Amino acid sequence: MGNNLLANYGEVVAVILFGIGFTNLLLQKNMIKKIIGLNIMDTAIYLFLALKGYIRGRIAPIVVNGDLNPETYINPVPSGLVLTGIVVSVSVTALMLSLTIRLYRRYHTLDLDEITTRLKKEGR
Amino acid sequence: MDIIRNFPCLSILLSMFTAIICSALKGKGARRLSTLVVGIVGILSAATLFFTMTTGEHYVYVMGHFPAPFGNEIRFGCLEAGMALFFCVIMLLSLFGGRHKIQMEIDLHKENLYYIMVDLLLSSLLALVYTNDIFTAYVFVEINTIAACGLIMITEHGRTIEAATRYMIMSLLGSGLFLIGICLLYDMTGHLLMSNIHESIQAIVADGTYTIPVLVTIALIVVGIAIKSALFPFHAWLPDAYGYSTVSSAAMLSSLVSKGYIFLLIKLIYRVIGFDIFLESKIINVLFVFGLAGMIMGSVNAIKENDIRRMISYSSVAQIGYIYMGFGLGTSAGVVASVFHILSHAATKSLLFVAGVGLTDVSGGHKNFEKLTGAAYRNKMAGVAFTVGSLSMVGIPVFAGFVSKLLFAQAAVQNHSKLLPTLIVLAISTVLNAIYFMKTVIRIYTPVHSKYASVSVKENPVYAVTLICFIVLNIVLGMCSEPITDWIIKGLSLFA
Repeated sequence: MGNNLLANYGEVVAVILFGIGFTNLLLQKNMIKKIIGLNIMDTAIYLFLALKGYIRGRIAPIVVNGDLNPETYINPVPSGLVLTGIVVSVSVTALMLSLTIRLYRRYHTLDLDEITTRLKKEGR
Repeated sequence: MDIIRNFPCLSILLSMFTAIICSALKGKGARRLSTLVVGIVGILSAATLFFTMTTGEHYVYVMGHFPAPFGNEIRFGCLEAGMALFFCVIMLLSLFGGRHKIQMEIDLHKENLYYIMVDLLLSSLLALVYTNDIFTAYVFVEINTIAACGLIMITEHGRTIEAATRYMIMSLLGSGLFLIGICLLYDMTGHLLMSNIHESIQAIVADGTYTIPVLVTIALIVVGIAIKSALFPFHAWLPDAYGYSTVSSAAMLSSLVSKGYIFLLIKLIYRVIGFDIFLESKIINVLFVFGLAGMIMGSVNAIKENDIRRMISYSSVAQIGYIYMGFGLGTSAGVVASVFHILSHAATKSLLFVAGVGLTDVSGGHKNFEKLTGAAYRNKMAGVAFTVGSLSMVGIPVFAGFVSKLLFAQAAVQNHSKLLPTLIVLAISTVLNAIYFMKTVIRIYTPVHSKYASVSVKENPVYAVTLICFIVLNIVLGMCSEPITDWIIKGLSLFA
């Protein structure tokens, strides 16, 4: 158990980061901190994927001197997944930020709980 | 007939490109084009359904002619095609039923943006239904979330923006868990196509090597999707999102968005994880318990509510609980009941939302029950439709809700250890449903001298026709349950 954790220290870091991001997104009151949490969470997943695609001693899958032997290169699929994931993450972050701007213009606060209590008081 | 095999891919692309074209159109043009496209996609799905029903097989559509382990695939059988058709019908009816409210509540220069979101929602739903690639499923889950968020926040007032923010936060938590589940799955199996993953998973489980990782993966994926589809403890955003957005959005969100995720979960259970392996994991009991809790708590919250839209929204929480309880039973009959409940709940809940808006319109726009007294006399069609929807939700024979409750009860009989809790909670939940729905029906049929003017059917014929279509759909689901359950059983057998 302990040896596995030591050998795969990268994955361990990724999972810890995922946990940090997840709890921040869930529990922070401040919208900006929530969004930072979201980004930490997504980045942790990309770190995890990138580590899984990497094979020690091999190079990036770009053919330069006609070497078509797959043993030379790392697995390119996780890198492709990371790219797709980054696109999704960027658009979602943009949407969250725009929602935050709307909320701030209306209520002059970034605290989501305070906005909720104020809405309840308005009673609409 | 071979050309029909292209239809699923074509309908996804068609709705996606319509979204792009709508951004260049004015509100009215966008509305016409989107309605047309939803209709066309419905016809294409009906053709696909007919084709798959007659041949009785499933088909794999290889995107870009890359063979199996590398390329992206679409796979469809009769259940997928029928689901796509059903989603199109509900979407079309919701759009027609809420059309006058869309024009009233949304700024004129923003109306085309609403239809962009509708088209994106349709394309992502179709992709979730048809795709055979797990990472494509993730991307379209996110597109679905973004489109749904747009549908909630298009009517700009504080409540909807706050609701959209809460919805986004919960959805992102769910998709984070879902994504890391997919990554673990890819690491263990080395595949992204669902059928290939299934083979590897079976080999892994037979070897007994990665038992804990497989369990963790199943947990992450199931919990991620459960959060996204608002299973009981994760439903905090739901009443505001459904209660304050425009009525078409509320109808589509409750009957399509969450159902799309649940359909994806069924697909993952059958095609990726495998039903037997899913049964052996203990996740199924967790779903069962939370489903039961949702059935009770959703109804209790609905009884406490004094706002008709929020009451219907809380009822959605209870119905999502029913669906997860069906998974939790752990028999294939339970899954059949869940799929049927997806259909019946979608048909009924969108009917209730659309009828509810007719009732609030003739009560000066007020949504609380004191003002709604006698509303059914002021708008007769909406009153009848709301009564039909309520009877269906409570589970009166002839209507759709009865059949799904019957199927749940029958499925529970097959599982002895879970029989008693299921039946008890079903009975309690039915009584609670009856309390709040019948309370509302009695309230709207209480004659009163009101200062609000009544509305005749002729004033808004589109709305009346939509309600009639919804009622007919409900009765058809209730009366012709046998061919429909046969179709579901056949479709599920083609799934794996």
